[in-house]
Amino acid sequence: MKVAIIDYGSGNLRSASKAFERAAGELGLTAEINVTSRPEDVTAADRIVLPGVGAFADCQSGLNAVDGMWQALEQAVHADGKPFLGICVGMQLMAERGLEFGVTPGFGWLAGDVVAIKPDDPSLKIPHMGWNTLNPKRPHDVLDGIVTGDDGLHAYFVHSFHLQVERAEDLVAETRYGGDITAIVARDNMIGTQFHPEKSQTLGLHLIANFLRWTP
Amino acid sequence: MLKSRIIPCLDVKDGRVVKGVNFVNLRDAGDPVESAKAYDAAGADELCFLDITASHEDRDIIFDVVSRTAEQCFMPLTVGGGVRTVDDIRKLLLAGADKVSINTAAVNDRALVRAASEKFGAQCIVVAIDAKRTSESRDKWKIFTHGGRKETGIDAIEFAKEVTALGAGELLLTSMDRDGTGDGFDLKLTRAISDAVPVPVIASGGVGSLDHLVAGVIEGGASAVLAASIFHFGTYSISEAKQYMARAGVPVRIDP
Repeated sequence: MKVAIIDYGSGNLRSASKAFERAAGELGLTAEINVTSRPEDVTAADRIVLPGVGAFADCQSGLNAVDGMWQALEQAVHADGKPFLGICVGMQLMAERGLEFGVTPGFGWLAGDVVAIKPDDPSLKIPHMGWNTLNPKRPHDVLDGIVTGDDGLHAYFVHSFHLQVERAEDLVAETRYGGDITAIVARDNMIGTQFHPEKSQTLGLHLIANFLRWTP
Repeated sequence: MLKSRIIPCLDVKDGRVVKGVNFVNLRDAGDPVESAKAYDAAGADELCFLDITASHEDRDIIFDVVSRTAEQCFMPLTVGGGVRTVDDIRKLLLAGADKVSINTAAVNDRALVRAASEKFGAQCIVVAIDAKRTSESRDKWKIFTHGGRKETGIDAIEFAKEVTALGAGELLLTSMDRDGTGDGFDLKLTRAISDAVPVPVIASGGVGSLDHLVAGVIEGGASAVLAASIFHFGTYSISEAKQYMARAGVPVRIDP
């Protein structure tokens, strides 16, 4: 199995690729984890991972700056239906628009916008940074075997914006931080996590393993 | 519910772990990658490396330490010490750091904080503030640079507000008066800064008991507590600290 982790200059991907290697190894899967900025690798991949840190607009323009990458992702993910995992801003890019520093178009694979978190308690700190639990909104294979809820496992979040989906069925899990925050989205062959599975120890490695054996 | 974080900090000099007491009298306490793996396994919420390597030539060692750590630890890693330029930050992030902390350079060059935040995102820019009470007032603190050796005369609360406005995503606040004493955080300082800024504050300096960790969150208003000696020399384990905090009513992450 070929897994392409898209490198477009947004942060370090070594820990992400190591986390995927570890998860694949624990499953006994022979997986070739390829950190790449070449559109042809996306075309050749069986599974695609889009990470992303920083601002929505920055990531969008970074991705667009890689010749042919945007189109290769559109084709592989949206048209060909390959299993896709977006992480943090990589997940937010699945939305129609990002509203951080002006209005920036995303892939539009999910109906909705990326908006600022507005906690109902103004003393809560922004970014929402640290370990939080997940509240599932509907079942999904990516959560198989992961204990959720208030007494469940924790995921590592660091963000000031989140994806507000228009269609309720696209929302798989939320987390709570002065209101409900989108934590996992999914539609067809696509999954997105606002938190960082590659930094989320037990929960993260389990979720990555679930993604690697997922059949949409 | 978001949990309060416990962050062990490893002072790294020439690729080896040390712990300063009041920033002098360094003791060698092992290999940073091995220590990082141990903390990862013990359930630490994040790790912090502070590079205190003196000579410029030896500073590249930290990149190797960071990259080997990031390959083995699936938890957030903050690295600070000697960060002067956007390029220093880029190199640390590329080596595998998730956040980079800036101390002296944030004071000397405020534009660096803005440039770094715009380039890499506020989420990975931590400004480390070393603060000391002034002799005039119990409720005033001035900041120090160069690992606490150089006085600046700048008010800590004003500086905290300023760097936050420039794009710092988190503050690592160390009390110079308490660091290495084991007497507990300067809670007034922690509370004053935490109330003054919208971003998370990591309390640091002075932890000698588990009560101090609890107080840092409840009385100081810190989002995270950082300690070195009590964990590093085995006085308490991360798990003991978390169980204690949980019993004291501080929400912490206890994952199997």
